[in-house]
Amino acid sequence: MQSFTEAFNLAATLLLEGNKELLEIVFLSLKISTLSTVIGCIIGFPLGAIIVIYRFPGRRFTILMINTLMGLPPVVVGLVVYLLLSNAGPMGTFKLLYTQIAMIIAQTILITPIVAALSRQVVESLYEEYEELFTSLLITKASAIFALLWDARYSLLTIGLAGFGRAISEVGAVMIVGGNIAHVTRVMTTAIASETAKGDLALALALGMILISITFLVNGCAMLLRGSKYFSNK
Amino acid sequence: MKKYLYFVFFMATLLYIIFTSTDDEQDNIILQATTSTDNSGFFSYILPLFEQDTSIRVDVVAVGTGQAIKNAKNGDGDLLLVHEKELEEQFVADGYGSKRFDLMFNDFILIGPVDDPANVGDADNIYKAFEKIYEKRARFLSRGDNSGTHIKELKIWNEVEVYNPSIDQEWYFESGSGMGATLNMSVQDSAYTLCDRSTWISFKNKSNHTILLADRINLINNYGIVLLNEEKYPKLNHNGAKKLAEWLLSKKGQKAIEGFKVNNQQMFFTQ
Repeated sequence: MQSFTEAFNLAATLLLEGNKELLEIVFLSLKISTLSTVIGCIIGFPLGAIIVIYRFPGRRFTILMINTLMGLPPVVVGLVVYLLLSNAGPMGTFKLLYTQIAMIIAQTILITPIVAALSRQVVESLYEEYEELFTSLLITKASAIFALLWDARYSLLTIGLAGFGRAISEVGAVMIVGGNIAHVTRVMTTAIASETAKGDLALALALGMILISITFLVNGCAMLLRGSKYFSNK
Repeated sequence: MKKYLYFVFFMATLLYIIFTSTDDEQDNIILQATTSTDNSGFFSYILPLFEQDTSIRVDVVAVGTGQAIKNAKNGDGDLLLVHEKELEEQFVADGYGSKRFDLMFNDFILIGPVDDPANVGDADNIYKAFEKIYEKRARFLSRGDNSGTHIKELKIWNEVEVYNPSIDQEWYFESGSGMGATLNMSVQDSAYTLCDRSTWISFKNKSNHTILLADRINLINNYGIVLLNEEKYPKLNHNGAKKLAEWLLSKKGQKAIEGFKVNNQQMFFTQ
C-alpha cells in the first residue's frame, strides 16, 4: 500500500509543479492518439456504413475480417509497421521509422478495425429502421450513408472514444516504431514502461495515474459535448 | 457546398499537423544502444555535453544488444553502442559495420537474495558460483533475450560444463525481457540473476536483493561503439555518427564518461 500513497503524492507533485518533461510527454500522447483516432474514424465510419448498405461478394468475409482485426495485438502491428518502414523494408525511403508519423500509422491500423466493426453494428440496426424510407424516397446510396452516419452520431462519438482509449493506452506498437526516444517519440505508456524497467515503480505508477486522469478528462469533455444540442439523442 | 469546404479545411489542417510533426531540418542521428546504458541515465548525462559542442541531436533507441544489432543491420540506426565484443566484430567482418572501437567498460555482477541460499557469496569466482547454484538447484532468472548480458551468462554456463540450462525448467527461468524487467521479477521471486553493474546501481526496486559476487577478472563488461559501412548504407548520417564516436573517444569525452556517477559510484571506466 505504501507505494500507492507514494505514487499518488508523486503524481500530485508532478502535476502541481507543472513538470516540463511530463507536460511534453502528456501533450505528445494526446497529439498522437487524437490524430490516429481522427484518421481511424474518417476511414472507419464510412467503411462500417458501406458494408451495411452495399451488397458485394465477400461481404460476410469482410465483416469477419474486420471483427477479427479488432483483436489485433499491438506488438504485432508494431512489428509489421516496423518491417514496412525500416530502411530495409519497402517504405524505407520515406525515413519514417522512429518518428511521430510512424506512431500515428501504427495506432491508426490498430483503431480503424475497432471503429469500423462497431460502427457497422450501430449503422446496421439503424438501417433496418430506415431501409423502407430510403427505398420509397429513392435516395442514393451515398446520401443514405451520410444520413445514417449523421443520425448515428451519438453512438459514433462513443465508438470514437473507444478507439481513442485503445490508442492512448497501448504501448507495444509505439514502443517498436517510435523507439521511446526522449523528447521525440516518448509518450505516457512508453515512459511508464521505461520507468518500470528502471525499478522506479512509484514514478511509473504516478504516470499511470496521470494517464487515467487524462482519459477521464477526455471522456468528460465528450459527455459535455453529448449534452449539447448537436449531439443530443432526443 | 459549405459542408464540403469545412471538410476540405479540416483535412488540410489535419495533414498540416501530421507533416509538421517531423523536424528534418535539424541535424540528428539515431543511436542504437543497449538498455543497460540508457536505464542508468548515462545518455541524459552525456548527450547534452555532446550537443553543446556540436549541435547534433542524438536520438537514442534503447533495446537489447541482439535487437540493436539487428536494427542496425536493417539500416535503422546511424551508430551502434552495445556490449558483446564478438558479435560486434562479427558485425564488422560481415560488412555491416566499418570499424569498432573500445568505448568503456565496467563489470557484470551476480545479484541474489541477501540470505543467499546457494551460498554463492563464498565462491572464488563466477564459475564456482554458477556451479553452486546448479548443485543447489536454486532459482536462477535469465534474460533469455539474446542481449549482451544473456550471451555472457550462457558463456559462463558453457564454461561450467555441468549443465545445459535450456533443458531443465525446474529452477532455471527465462524472462525474455530487458534487464530492468528481469530485475523486477528476480526481486519478487528471490532468484539469482546476472546483471551489469550500471543497471543495478541505478535500479530503484532492489528490495532485499544485493550484490553477492563480483569477479573483475571473468566478468568484465566491454562496451563498444561501431560505425556503419558507408557503402552498404549510403543514406545514413555517417558524418554525425563519426562526430559522436570521435567525441566519445576523445580525451574530453572519455573524461566525461569517467565523471558519470550514480549514488556517488562511478558507472563506467575507460582504458
